[in-house]
Amino acid sequence: MHDFDYEAPTTLTEAVSLAAKHAGRARMMAGGTDLIDQIRLGRHAPDVLVDVKKIPELNRFALTDTGLCVGAAVPCFRIHGDRGIVEHYTALADSCRIIGGVQIQSRASIGGNLCNAGPAADSTPSVIVLGGIAITEGPEGRREIPVDLFCTGPGKNALHPSELLVEIRFDTPPPHSGSCYRRLIPRNEMDIAVVGVGAAVTLDADGRHFVSARIALGAVAATPLLVKAAGEALAGQPVGDEAIEKAAKAACEAASPITDMRGTKAYRLHVTAVLTRRVITAAVARARGEAVDYRPGH
Amino acid sequence: MTALDRPRYKVIGTRPVRHDGVDKVTGRAKYGGDVRLTGMLYGAMLRSPHAHAKIKRIDTGQAEAMPGVRAVVTGQDLPDQGDRIVELGEGATNMRYLSSNVLARDKVFYTGHAVAAIAADNIHQAEAAAKAIAVDYEVLSPVLDVRGAMADDAPILHDHLRTTSPTGETETSDTPTNVATRLLHEKGDVEKGFAEADVIVEHEFETATVHQGYIEPHAATAHWNADGKITIWTSTQGAFTVRQQTAELLHVPLSHIKVVPMEIGGGFGGKIPAYLPPVVAMLSKKSGRPVKIIMTRAAVFQATGPTPGSWIRLKLGATRDGRITAGDATIAFEAGGYPGSVIGAGVGCLFACYEVPHGRVEGLDVCVNRPRTTAYRAPGSTQVAFAIETVIDEICEQIGMDGLEFRLGNAAQEGTRRVDGPVFGCIGMRETVEAIRNCEHYRTPLEGKFRGRGIASGYWFNAGMRSSVSASVNTDGTVSLIEGSTDIGGSRTSLAMQLAETLGITAEAVMPTVADTDGVGYNDVTGGSRVTFATGMAVVEAGKDIQQQMVARAALIWDVEERHVHYTDGSVEGPDGHRLSFEELAAQQMTTGGPFVARGAVNAPGQGGAFATHVVDVEVDPETGKVQILRYTAAQDVGTAIHPSYVEGQMQGGAVQGIGWALNEEYWYDETGDLKNATFLDYRMPTCYDVPNIETILVEVPDPAHPFGVRGVGEVPICPPPAAIANAIHQAVGVRMRQLPMSPPRVLDQVMHTQS
Amino acid sequence: MKTRVVSTTINGDATQLLCEPRQTLLEVLRDTLDMTGTKEGCSNGNCGACTVIMNGRPVVSCLVLAAEAEGAEIRTIEGVAQGGRLDAVQSAFLEGAALQCGICTPGFIMQSEALLESNPDPDEEAIRFHLAGNLCRCTGYDKIVGAVKEAAKRRNAEC
Repeated sequence: MHDFDYEAPTTLTEAVSLAAKHAGRARMMAGGTDLIDQIRLGRHAPDVLVDVKKIPELNRFALTDTGLCVGAAVPCFRIHGDRGIVEHYTALADSCRIIGGVQIQSRASIGGNLCNAGPAADSTPSVIVLGGIAITEGPEGRREIPVDLFCTGPGKNALHPSELLVEIRFDTPPPHSGSCYRRLIPRNEMDIAVVGVGAAVTLDADGRHFVSARIALGAVAATPLLVKAAGEALAGQPVGDEAIEKAAKAACEAASPITDMRGTKAYRLHVTAVLTRRVITAAVARARGEAVDYRPGH
Repeated sequence: MTALDRPRYKVIGTRPVRHDGVDKVTGRAKYGGDVRLTGMLYGAMLRSPHAHAKIKRIDTGQAEAMPGVRAVVTGQDLPDQGDRIVELGEGATNMRYLSSNVLARDKVFYTGHAVAAIAADNIHQAEAAAKAIAVDYEVLSPVLDVRGAMADDAPILHDHLRTTSPTGETETSDTPTNVATRLLHEKGDVEKGFAEADVIVEHEFETATVHQGYIEPHAATAHWNADGKITIWTSTQGAFTVRQQTAELLHVPLSHIKVVPMEIGGGFGGKIPAYLPPVVAMLSKKSGRPVKIIMTRAAVFQATGPTPGSWIRLKLGATRDGRITAGDATIAFEAGGYPGSVIGAGVGCLFACYEVPHGRVEGLDVCVNRPRTTAYRAPGSTQVAFAIETVIDEICEQIGMDGLEFRLGNAAQEGTRRVDGPVFGCIGMRETVEAIRNCEHYRTPLEGKFRGRGIASGYWFNAGMRSSVSASVNTDGTVSLIEGSTDIGGSRTSLAMQLAETLGITAEAVMPTVADTDGVGYNDVTGGSRVTFATGMAVVEAGKDIQQQMVARAALIWDVEERHVHYTDGSVEGPDGHRLSFEELAAQQMTTGGPFVARGAVNAPGQGGAFATHVVDVEVDPETGKVQILRYTAAQDVGTAIHPSYVEGQMQGGAVQGIGWALNEEYWYDETGDLKNATFLDYRMPTCYDVPNIETILVEVPDPAHPFGVRGVGEVPICPPPAAIANAIHQAVGVRMRQLPMSPPRVLDQVMHTQS
Repeated sequence: MKTRVVSTTINGDATQLLCEPRQTLLEVLRDTLDMTGTKEGCSNGNCGACTVIMNGRPVVSCLVLAAEAEGAEIRTIEGVAQGGRLDAVQSAFLEGAALQCGICTPGFIMQSEALLESNPDPDEEAIRFHLAGNLCRCTGYDKIVGAVKEAAKRRNAEC
């Protein structure tokens, strides 16, 4: 393991100044479940690891009637264990419940998942479809970055050197909204997504028409991907196979998967369509107030 | 044997808590990586990044100067072996291959091939120094699959290798080749047999390389003492084979090496080869300190023997009323970087479940640029079972016959001659098929879309081989049993139970210990499902020795002739109502003549072999190709179940390994020969959430060779699952799978292929 | 030198240790504190053999830095049996033959303790899902699941 230093600042100011001091040779660590392994594998060789888990702002977890705020270090288990999240931001609970197994969920955070910028991140498609905004802090002050623009390439994000992610903010979903995240993995748990799809839909009061929708894909492009065309294919349309099929098609057109040991390009494209249909259908059911029973991986 | 014939045992068949259990649930048990010695150094390995290359130069100068580094070794430090063949562990081994597999000499044959080793004050220093070793490679083209390796223009791994034919059929040619061995077995006249068939099915199959997947990585610690005596602490399936391998590789006398077997965290055949002991021994010699190496998980996958991937062509003929008339097969197994796969076993197992009047099996041992393969639980049998059990399923479909009926009609039984020669003694193939036919699972109809049920059978030889034990009676009425079969699954308790049964005492009154190579006589490896059988026989022999000593002692005490004294039911009885219990004799042993110390040593004959028949229900998602296991039942002939919980455990564990082999496990290489999935993330073994309960049916057809009828149970459970699942997938979505693993993309591909 | 002092609590005992930032909690437990009950299977969080309970949550200690143990409460397999008495989970594993080679057992026991603390009466689905991060290659999981059910029964009977 590369020989790095370790700091655990207790204030945001301290963290920012550490990041600035080490000029890009510091890495922020929340749960560390990706980072520690990457350092061991030699993918990163930072001079210092800055443990952000003691900073109060990054641990903030507040669900009010105006919205949701999830600090960058809040671990997954707190998120999927929260009744309010399960009810109103269900896709986020879906994601957090299946990332890496229970032990990983004790530490891994959606903030870390986002900054890690893996193309197959399980929580990022959910954050995207729920309209998450990333709030960052750096020597030049605060920035707001829509999460669908946060990842810029495999392992690359929009943070400036010396900047860190503070929290992710969401607006309250409108009434008659529902969301869902599903992935295809070869086993039932513990795998990296071969394809991941998140959907958030808002229906009219009858539950018969889409008002708006957001669809995002994981593991089928260089970054998690918001597919605007898929959402547009649903907006204003009657809920039914025709619209859903158009959305699925749009999702496939936006996807640009590769062939690797986890799946071939052709397989991923096929499954993108299948999962998009299923995820939209589940989101619709939830928007209508129906319970959707789901066994992860099945 | 009916229920009435079965002897009434007092201890056998009960479920005592295992003697080593408390240590294992409290974390006190010491495994290979848990060794701590004063002044101990930590070692790291440098491994080849290339799948096939010549080593031009190794420069360790910079590494040796790095902080904390105490010693460096390369292949040059190992003595020359010539072309010696030595009998080791589970078969004859070419020492030149074994040596260069431990540390490469002039060539590397797979990515991850060990090239150098470093010992330093801590693991981080060792790892940093290993990176600083400079190796000059001349990279060669790799060949990664058996078919490619057999092509005329294939890159050749070993220039001097020529195909040998132990069965004598082929003339040895002088062309360089990757085919190390060709076997051929024939029985009857296959042409005639196929002519008699009403239906003939012929297919080709491919199975991927899979790894045993034990959770504990290889670990070894060695201390080369100033007097030239070497102690090795390691987790291994055979302390004596480690001793022998190390002695042969380092050219030191056997008697200079003591191997202390630590508790072992899984083996399944993969911890029979000794990768680390010679390396840590040499590092210890050079540094003058004890040295420990624990393999990284990536190295375990890259560089320790997985089991062969295979290509199989199988042709089977049967009459329309379901009688097999002929079988013809060619089987090619990956040997990996060096010759010596388990092709012999594969060839022997292929037709073993059935009466095949005319048969021909050709087996090929083929070198490819993958790690040297080794045994994995019934090695070779799962691959061939996948082929034959799915072909049988297809024949049954064509003739409209139930698969269990077909298997019963053709089942091997006592007197059946295998195509590779041996004749079966008392075996339980029929009984396992009948057990499935009668079981609740099979009698419950399966309902629902895209669901299917499949059955398959399997066979494993089960070994005998050599075991030694000693036993001392303690004055408190207990017995210390010293044995040398490293305990992977609870065998020390099964052995204690056999001794207890023999003496008429409780299992708790026997204290089993697995001793080091100085503390017990020779024992062959823990493998081949042999320990409960063969070491059990040695234990019973020791028990009888104790009985005999106690009889003699009692006769002395009572002043009667020995022939009037008998050991019965935990006591010694003599004329005129004389009686002394085991405990009473034990208590007075020191004052009546001295300690009771007994021994047992056997060279056990091979067992009758184990058969299993499994049934599985699956559900297939036709849009993604994903397969869920809904229900699973395993029936197996277990001879006599000494400790039923452990027998069930072997069946459940083996079945789940087979499920992993069936659905997702495979080695994934890129074109340069780099193993891409050397982690538990991407080498996908079943988790708790991937499988249901595995119901077990223990059929008992005792093996007459063993005093209690024991039959090895550990291996055969892994043989049927891939074929059973393939047959179930066929029933569910109408596609025939002929490649392992049957991962979602492959199943989907077949489903879509069939739809179009 | 980057060596630092870490003050932590392990199995209820205040502990001070020296470590480098790059050392994981797993490494320090095993190599510095000689607590080898926690096992190393893969070093990247995919097998669960190194599971310990940290501040009330199960974690894979191969992906925790030793430095993070500062001020934390750590529970390992060595602290489960109290006063030499096995607890309900340990007894259930033992009596239910829920181990064969035993290398995964400490990790499973810690994970099961964490499960039963958060869900005292889990059904089979919940047990299997919660234990998905712990690999066992020997048992096929049956008897492990059975042992957890049995342990839950015994614990609930105790209180």
